[in-house]
Amino acid sequence: MERLEFIAQRTLKGIVVLLGIVVLNFLLIRLAPGDPAAVMAGEAGASDELFLQQLRQQFGLDRPLLEQLWAYVANILSFDFGFSYRQQRPVVDLLAERLPPTLLLTGTAFVLSLAAGVTLGVMAARRAGRWSDSAITVVALFFYATPLFWVGLMGVLLFSVTLGWLPAFGMGSVGVKLGGVERVIDVGRHLVLPALTLTLFHMAVYARMTRASMLEVRDQDFVRTARAKGVGEGEILRRHVLRNAILPVVTIAGMKAGYLLGGSIVVETVFAWPGIGRLAYEAVLQRDYNVLLGVFLVTSALVIAVNLATDVIYSLVDPRIELGA
Amino acid sequence: METPPLLAVRDLRVALPAGGDRVDAVDGIGFEVHAGEILCIVGESGSGKSLTAAAIMGLLPRGVRATGGSIALGGVDLLRLPEDEMRRRRGRDVGMIFQEPMTALNPLMRVGDQIDEVLRVHTGLDEAGRRARVVELMAQVNLPDPDQLRLAFPFRLSGGQRQRVMIAMALALGPSLLIADEPTTALDVTTQKQILALVKAIQSARGMGVLFITHDFGVVAEIADRVAVMQHGRIVEVGPVDQVLNRPVHAYTRSLIAAVPRLEPRAPSAAAAGLPALVARGLTKTYRSAGGIFVRRRVVEAVKSVDLTIRQGETLGVVGESGSGKSTLGRLLIRLLPADGGSVSFQGTDLLAAAPGRLRALRRDVQMVFQDPYASLNPRRRVGAIVADGLLAQGRPRAEAFARARELMGLVGLDPAGVDRYPHEFSGGQRQRIGIARALAVEPKLLIADEPVSALDVSVQAQVLELLNDVRRRFDLAMLFITHDLRVAAQVCDRIAVMRRGEIVETGPTAEIFGAPQHAYTRELLDAVPGRAWSAGQLANDALYTIPRES
Amino acid sequence: MAALRDFWRRYRRNKGAVVGLVVLASILLVAAFGPVIYPGNPWDMAGAPFQSPFGAENPLGTDTLGRDVATGIVHGARVSLLIGFVATLAAVGVGICVGAVAGYFGGRVDDLIMRLTEFFQTIPSFVFAVVLVAIFTPGIGSIVTAIAVVSWPAVARLVRGEFLTLRTREFVQASVVLGRSARHIIFVEILPNAISPIIVSASLMVATAILVESSLSFLGLGDPNMMSWGYMIGASRSVVRLAWWTSFFPGLAIVLTVLALNLVGEGLSDALNPRLSREGR
Repeated sequence: MERLEFIAQRTLKGIVVLLGIVVLNFLLIRLAPGDPAAVMAGEAGASDELFLQQLRQQFGLDRPLLEQLWAYVANILSFDFGFSYRQQRPVVDLLAERLPPTLLLTGTAFVLSLAAGVTLGVMAARRAGRWSDSAITVVALFFYATPLFWVGLMGVLLFSVTLGWLPAFGMGSVGVKLGGVERVIDVGRHLVLPALTLTLFHMAVYARMTRASMLEVRDQDFVRTARAKGVGEGEILRRHVLRNAILPVVTIAGMKAGYLLGGSIVVETVFAWPGIGRLAYEAVLQRDYNVLLGVFLVTSALVIAVNLATDVIYSLVDPRIELGA
Repeated sequence: METPPLLAVRDLRVALPAGGDRVDAVDGIGFEVHAGEILCIVGESGSGKSLTAAAIMGLLPRGVRATGGSIALGGVDLLRLPEDEMRRRRGRDVGMIFQEPMTALNPLMRVGDQIDEVLRVHTGLDEAGRRARVVELMAQVNLPDPDQLRLAFPFRLSGGQRQRVMIAMALALGPSLLIADEPTTALDVTTQKQILALVKAIQSARGMGVLFITHDFGVVAEIADRVAVMQHGRIVEVGPVDQVLNRPVHAYTRSLIAAVPRLEPRAPSAAAAGLPALVARGLTKTYRSAGGIFVRRRVVEAVKSVDLTIRQGETLGVVGESGSGKSTLGRLLIRLLPADGGSVSFQGTDLLAAAPGRLRALRRDVQMVFQDPYASLNPRRRVGAIVADGLLAQGRPRAEAFARARELMGLVGLDPAGVDRYPHEFSGGQRQRIGIARALAVEPKLLIADEPVSALDVSVQAQVLELLNDVRRRFDLAMLFITHDLRVAAQVCDRIAVMRRGEIVETGPTAEIFGAPQHAYTRELLDAVPGRAWSAGQLANDALYTIPRES
Repeated sequence: MAALRDFWRRYRRNKGAVVGLVVLASILLVAAFGPVIYPGNPWDMAGAPFQSPFGAENPLGTDTLGRDVATGIVHGARVSLLIGFVATLAAVGVGICVGAVAGYFGGRVDDLIMRLTEFFQTIPSFVFAVVLVAIFTPGIGSIVTAIAVVSWPAVARLVRGEFLTLRTREFVQASVVLGRSARHIIFVEILPNAISPIIVSASLMVATAILVESSLSFLGLGDPNMMSWGYMIGASRSVVRLAWWTSFFPGLAIVLTVLALNLVGEGLSDALNPRLSREGR
């Protein structure tokens, strides 16, 4: 019962935050320098006065601000994110089309970076002070300092240009009709470089976090208790240290899912991956603000959803959780 | 004793990591524990007593090593055993319980599983057999409803219950030796009494040998068969409990025992019948957790409608266990915490209703001495600035304020030149003196002392109490003395108020509270004071022993 | 003085941090005096396009328009460091004020501020920065603002946490009882004790800010009048197959700078919090 209340409360909070972001979106358009109608139209070659007038009418830009806000929120809630005058399509269609590739990319990177990062962090902590720890630390420090676009470009240079192993852009081979398993393999091959690019940076983050967490936990009193019981070191690691050390790392990873989505703008740009990150880049180039704000809203909603999922999982895994605190 | 000892420690040396103040934390000690006896190792902080226990268990902290001697358990030298062999003996031949029950259990594991782990590691019992044994063990340590409780996570259990789980774990395989490292120090007296009784009962029923580490002579009197006194890594005296406690030979032992406050009320001071200095009426404080739409607010009534009068020149003790609200009460009186209701009348003004300016002026007449000598001084300011702080706040000239700070340093028994140094250069007892000097600087009428000696070693404790008594007389101060320790209260207080769960259950002159307690809870508290029986006959001539001044 | 020497002794123990400090100092020197050695305008043509590196004229080669890569890197150092430090300064300033108010006064004010920072921390920060810079037109001002806007909540939470614990410390309560003003307590009693973690997180934040700036420039959201490392890579990424050096060297500059800052941050952390310093190094 307590848990249900907790989940309900968190869901409610997520909805409130989402509404806040909708309002922020609204304000961004109004705060932008220049005429909001022009902002909405973008530089779609549509900035003739008649069209702008029509836009003002449609969005009630001549009405009081609060009324405008209400109309805007109502539109968003009915999944009307506006119209891309550049692409001549409703924003929501563009988002729906571009979302799955991004989910595939960021989801893969999330799982890989967490798995690899935690593994490396555990390995480093177990060999703390020895050369393999130093090696892992150096690798993590390096990737922690590299911009995603540079890793991506260097990956293209090495694996596509020099070695010719992997495709450098897109999500599938152009002009070839592939079915079933072959298509999956084709997408998979295209996924390798962008997913790895996104993985390496976050892997470094999680490796460093895991190592620090492990070193902290292994010095805690209950580990000494286990030792006093005669439990072997391997089992102490598995049963006592690992769970207590990894739980906070996974939680933080869930809470920071937004970084992966942010990174996807850069990575999708480098690899021409047809997701919402690439869509955002195109929108920036074309000054297509309706699309850009749509991307902002969708990524925010995704982060809220992932945070909620993390909360729920956490409440299932950690008995101590202060439900509702 | 004819039989060979269960545990024989010979010339044990434990070295600290290089770069520390001392080289050897344990400096060539030797002792024996026989089956069926409890040996207490007693000493102040830094004496090496806990490291001795850890060395026997093979659980020394990283960087600390046993560099010499032998630890023979049943004739086998543990220091020369390979780690694997040693591991098999831990939990099976030697069990251990620790000081902090709150952190000694894995927070993510059910308590039953944590007891079960010992059985799983060391025995071939099947799951059903182990479960039956876990329930049996939990019943043996008097945990309620073991069948349900074994499924609980540690955070659901009280400190006492957790310590019982630790004991069940340590005893699961019937080890011949139990090592207990300050197992009751973190517990309240009434819980401590139960745990001590439990350890003693199980020990005598099983004929186990127990090595019991403690700093508390009361606990020693309660539980020990033999006592070893440690100082600076050496054992200075060892012998049967009656001999060491009542006819100590070594000067250090004598001074330690002399410093233990006696459980006899001191003579009330003459001023105890003065006019009221501070009167609190209906003081109430309730903590509420932040609630949400779906979340029930948790409500804790920390202080419930408390009435209290402190007379001029008297010391009123507020005595209670943790969670009784005694510290909250002290902070409510000077509005360090906002009260939810009631009044505090001081010098004709209600402190709780005073405007900010008036409050700041009034507060100078009520000062506070805090518990933690490490947290009560700002580590980034020089001691002179700390002591002069109150005078500077009043806008006195710097030169005057610092001159007064020097004087006060002398008054509390410190070198006036210390004003140019930082707090970390002083010991715990010295810091407490600085805290007292800071409070005295503004010449208060009332001093609120919140557990001012409970973080200090017993010999330092005696000196600080003496200083407090001294300044109280000299400045004709009224004092509110908050403590959990009835021995200390007996030495310091004219009157005592006993608190439980936010309420004062009984108030009276110290002699009456100790001689004829009215409330059942007061009787329970008194009864739980460790070493009560010993106190009565405590060294009749202890005044002869001088307390060495802290260097 | 003694405190400073003590600090340096602890800092020096972390070898990586010393290397980081040397690298960072070199980069600062390049940013300060580099334009004297490479006085040319980084936007000007300095040779034929696509010159390979390690030549006499253009040691790191030229790009598609014949601009000298080395000159661009030297001038870009100024932009990266400037934006990194200014944005961090702004974020830390706002964060300290907001966090101190929340942590010291607590109650409703704290609740309100915490909800606000939670809100800002939920928003995917880089996406938000892109939106801000795009809408408010790219320029050094909008970039600094955007980075500060997405960075301050972390500082505010950190400072608030420190204030919350320090406020209940006994030495602070002693000051309250002695009749000290809130201003004295915040600035003399609490802030000096909270400053170490703020310094550490600020040094790491400069590194993050430089990464964010380079990513924005890469996406074409840099200041159009200032040569920056991210812009150099973004402008020549389509020719990475033909002229690897146009992306490789600016990227290396970013990596070295960010790495050095991270190493210095860790060194500061070890030196300022001796008890928390990790072992095994």
